[in-house]
Amino acid sequence: MIAIDARGATAVAIADGVRAGKLRARDVAEQYLDRIARLDGALGCYLLIDAEGARRRADAVDAAYKAGRDPGALAGVPLGVKDIFCTRGVETTCASKILRGFVPPYESTVTARLAGAGAVMLGKLNMDEFAMGSSNENSAFKPVKNPWSHAHVPGGSSGGSAAAIAASLCAGAIGTDTGGSIRQPAALCGVVGMKPTYGRVSRYGVIAFASSLDHPGPFGRTVEDAAALLEAMAGADPHDSTSIPAPIGAYRAAARAGGDGPEPLKGMRLGVPDEYFQPGMDAEVEAAVRGALDELARAGAQIVKVSLPNTKYAIATYYLICTAEASSNLARYDGVRFGYRAPDARSLEEMYTKTRGEGFGTEPKRRIMLGTYVLRAGYYEAYYGKALRARRKIADDFQAAFAGCDAIVTPTSPIPAFKFGEKTSDPLQMYLADVLTVGPDLAGIPALSQSCGFTKAGLPIGLQTIAPALGEEICFRVAGAYEARTKWHERLPPETAS
Amino acid sequence: MSRITADEVRELALLARLRLSDQEVAAMTDNLGAILEYVDALRALDTTSVEPMTHAVPFDCPTREDEVKPSLEPDEALANAPRRDGSFFQVPRIVPGPGADGEGGGS
Repeated sequence: MIAIDARGATAVAIADGVRAGKLRARDVAEQYLDRIARLDGALGCYLLIDAEGARRRADAVDAAYKAGRDPGALAGVPLGVKDIFCTRGVETTCASKILRGFVPPYESTVTARLAGAGAVMLGKLNMDEFAMGSSNENSAFKPVKNPWSHAHVPGGSSGGSAAAIAASLCAGAIGTDTGGSIRQPAALCGVVGMKPTYGRVSRYGVIAFASSLDHPGPFGRTVEDAAALLEAMAGADPHDSTSIPAPIGAYRAAARAGGDGPEPLKGMRLGVPDEYFQPGMDAEVEAAVRGALDELARAGAQIVKVSLPNTKYAIATYYLICTAEASSNLARYDGVRFGYRAPDARSLEEMYTKTRGEGFGTEPKRRIMLGTYVLRAGYYEAYYGKALRARRKIADDFQAAFAGCDAIVTPTSPIPAFKFGEKTSDPLQMYLADVLTVGPDLAGIPALSQSCGFTKAGLPIGLQTIAPALGEEICFRVAGAYEARTKWHERLPPETAS
Repeated sequence: MSRITADEVRELALLARLRLSDQEVAAMTDNLGAILEYVDALRALDTTSVEPMTHAVPFDCPTREDEVKPSLEPDEALANAPRRDGSFFQVPRIVPGPGADGEGGGS
């Protein structure tokens, strides 16, 4: 038996070690649980630590190996799960007071598949309430600190997932991306985050925010880690009629192929849209991304200009659609069947309004209100109908651009991590943090964020690769090539014991 | 002139079954007004003869056989109920009548 240093360890190295009998899943789990106990008090990544369950799951992996059974492609990989995934018997709150104490009677397809592949869930990760936010400041319970600078936000809504990977408080993590909620925190925390094609990963057991936009996906320290997780998560699911029946791609192989030879991207055209480099973009972000494009050219790619002319309408379109869908999805929180119920209501009507008024935080209330407004008779066509048409035009832009390139490469976020409180007073400013990530959500196409440098202040900068529908392998190949030629992913944030 | 008035916000809150404090109504009126003004930019986009996009990828609703399959046991389905009475979710009285106060009866 060899030991593993959890700090900076990759998921594939852990799985390889466990599968070869060189590592015990239980030892790995203990090391991560110890790190969480020492370090997470200062970071706030976890809402719930399931130490007992983690030990039980790790022991089962070790028992499978000992019995000569295949312990799974992700054997022993310590996994952090965004608290939006229902986990049977383990409290799931979506970081909302209205779901405090909710213990799901069933398991999400994604977490079931990851467990089936041998991953060992350590606990549930913090997030913006109902995945609504870009800074994790909307968690009803506690903020998540950016591991690179505790004065800065980790991004959101999957801020706990990104920060936990950066701080080595798990080796693999999962989140959801509705307007950028995987890629933006991945960028701000300097890790890899992947939003696959809509329907590539089942939404069964994922608490709904905006159903036509919700995309579950993986986080990893490396491109191959994210690819390995996606291989285990993806695929058709009889419990989700919108899941895609197409076969799963060879994502790990694609990530590794990016490291083959001096010009692994030879013959590939990468499109760069001017619309994603607008005034207001941080100069250090722009310089890092331009530098990354040069590196991709040295890897053999041909850099071409493309245009996404309707980009300026993306945020408005996104907020009209996501709030309309959210107002419908969040109607289920009425205090009747699960979650919080206002204790002293004297009528059913009062029970509904008090339960929802007391249970929801400010941002879900704001979105329910906006969604109710845009769906009202008389306004429906002017707002919601208009947004659905604009969505088509934005999706068509991507389709037209892909006629001239294989993938599109952009910054993930126009700015690095911002400070706590900087955008909380103006919701519109917070919404604009998603300006470069909402497009692929509206179009339903895959996109990946990885680290491409740091600001002088030491904050990570994200590079986004966008591919056509079901082109996940293209994202992994481009990102794998960039990662093989750079060392940003090897940098680790400082550690502060709590 | 804001795009939305405090009275409209109160009416919306009623439709959405959200009890808001006066302070919340005031903040919401400001926030929603600013957001509605921002999304008005969409009016400049010509969407004549553009089909609404209701699904991210081309999609035919699949069907399955109508077969009885195992599902949650009543006790599991009721395990998270804030209040239950036997195999029922219990709520405050809906129909007015004698003793209509509170959540009386049952438990």
